Amino acid sequence: MAGSYEGRMTDPLPNVHEYSVSELAFALKRSVEDRFGHVRVRGELSGVKIAASGHLYAGLKDEGAVLDVVCWRGQLARMGFRPEDGLEVIATGRLTTYPARSKYQLVIERLEPAGVGALMALLDERRKKLAAEGLFAQERKRPLPFLPDIVAVVTSPTGAVIRDILHRLAERFPRRVLLWPVLVQGEGAAEQVAAAVRGLNELSQAGRLPRPDVIIVARGGGSIEDLWPFNEEAVVRAVAESRIPVISAVGHETDTTLIDHAADRRAPTPTAAAEMAVPVRGELIARLRDLDARLDGAMARLVMRLGDRLKAAAAHLARPRDLLLVPRQRLDELGERLPRALIAGTREKRLRLTRAAAGLVPSRLRQHWRYERRGLDEAAHRLSKALARTLEERRQRLESATRLLESLSYKAVLARGFAVIRRPDGTVVARAERLSYGERVRAEFFDGWRPMRVEADERVSQSSPATPSPNPRAGKSRRAGGEGGGQGRLF
Amino acid sequence: MAEEDSTTPDGVEAGIAELSFEQALSELEGIVQRLERGEAGLDESIALYERGAALKRHCEAKLRDAELRIEKIELGADGEVKLKEADTP
Repeated sequence: MAGSYEGRMTDPLPNVHEYSVSELAFALKRSVEDRFGHVRVRGELSGVKIAASGHLYAGLKDEGAVLDVVCWRGQLARMGFRPEDGLEVIATGRLTTYPARSKYQLVIERLEPAGVGALMALLDERRKKLAAEGLFAQERKRPLPFLPDIVAVVTSPTGAVIRDILHRLAERFPRRVLLWPVLVQGEGAAEQVAAAVRGLNELSQAGRLPRPDVIIVARGGGSIEDLWPFNEEAVVRAVAESRIPVISAVGHETDTTLIDHAADRRAPTPTAAAEMAVPVRGELIARLRDLDARLDGAMARLVMRLGDRLKAAAAHLARPRDLLLVPRQRLDELGERLPRALIAGTREKRLRLTRAAAGLVPSRLRQHWRYERRGLDEAAHRLSKALARTLEERRQRLESATRLLESLSYKAVLARGFAVIRRPDGTVVARAERLSYGERVRAEFFDGWRPMRVEADERVSQSSPATPSPNPRAGKSRRAGGEGGGQGRLF
Repeated sequence: MAEEDSTTPDGVEAGIAELSFEQALSELEGIVQRLERGEAGLDESIALYERGAALKRHCEAKLRDAELRIEKIELGADGEVKLKEADTP
């Protein structure tokens, strides 16, 4: 044993074939591929990575070992669900080696979740994550429109689902339907459904394409793998973000997918979704007819009631004579009282007059007159005495004035030899120049008068200017009086 | 305001065209109830009645428009969305 061991260690063994590295690697490859050309292996996916090329690279592991796996793009597209970390799967495929790196891997031809339990666990975990984001919150739910004009349906263009929906819509309330055809299972289904929901939201009402009022996302029943696209995050997010209300109707009543949590309403079947989307036209017509009848009835009753009230009011208003009754009565009453009042008033006045007249007696007047008379007599006596006294006084004053006057009278001057020249009408001629030649005048003397005539005077006609201008003022008569000669010549 | 509304049909029918079927229907129900309770005066009642009649016409028009028309959306190569008339499947 020891020798043989020794010999192996030291001696080359010429009977053992010597490989090149490549030879060995390829021999190994052939051997592995022959031996493990078709295997089923169960494990948990880890490190899932989808390369830009579309191929999937991942690890499949259990407690003790890790196996590299690869899934080419074509195969991946045929899978009902998207592989992801933590998912327990059963992979079917063949083992192959990668000689350049001394590696081996499983090329997956088919991948299925390891029982419903595994997928459900995954679903639950995803539901919790999205719920934590608030995508399923009740307050995000929008109410469905009561009567949408346009109903969009996102589903497969063929099959029972769209047919059921259209049938029920036609039955209840035919509407305009926009069908957005999508794959409803397999690779790409989730992307198409999400794109359809987003696309419908982008349709503008004003634009060429009409914007729907409600969206139905529908699919018939199937296995959990078949329904898997409706659990995809992309679909859930698109539905949660939709501004148009979404009704989900995926699978049968017992199937719950994540889209149901994100949708505004969940319908158990596609037919039920159509029922949620539109009301029953016939019922609305009946309701409208009922309202119309009530509207007319209420109006008619109102008019009748008001008419009755008007009639009643008018009946009360009817007799204008009644209105006048009270004033008429008062007038009559006053009319009766009037003459009586006059008579009573007159009688009253007469009574007062009689009373007053009784006081009006002549004796009283006479008594009064006598009293007045006495006063008058006294006054008259005082008056005559006062008058006599005043007369005497005046007479004495007159006498003294007369004496004074006589002493001042021109007659006294005449008595001393002067004369007054008067015109026949008696006016005194005080100035010589006032007298014309040949004029007749009278000369008044102390004891009477004599008529006279003014004669021409040579002295005056030859008049010497030496004589100061003959001043015929009052002085002339005084001068005339003073120069007797002058005056004498005048005659 | 109500008086002004009652004098012109425009006032009575103001904004009805923009109402959804449901809004018009519930307003009509409210008007019917008010009229049935008989709380409104005659002028207001007439205005309410006219508005009710207009709401009813609006609802009827909405109900009359009941045609099942199916259009299918087609995505162009460039992602452009087109509509195509489709028959009932």
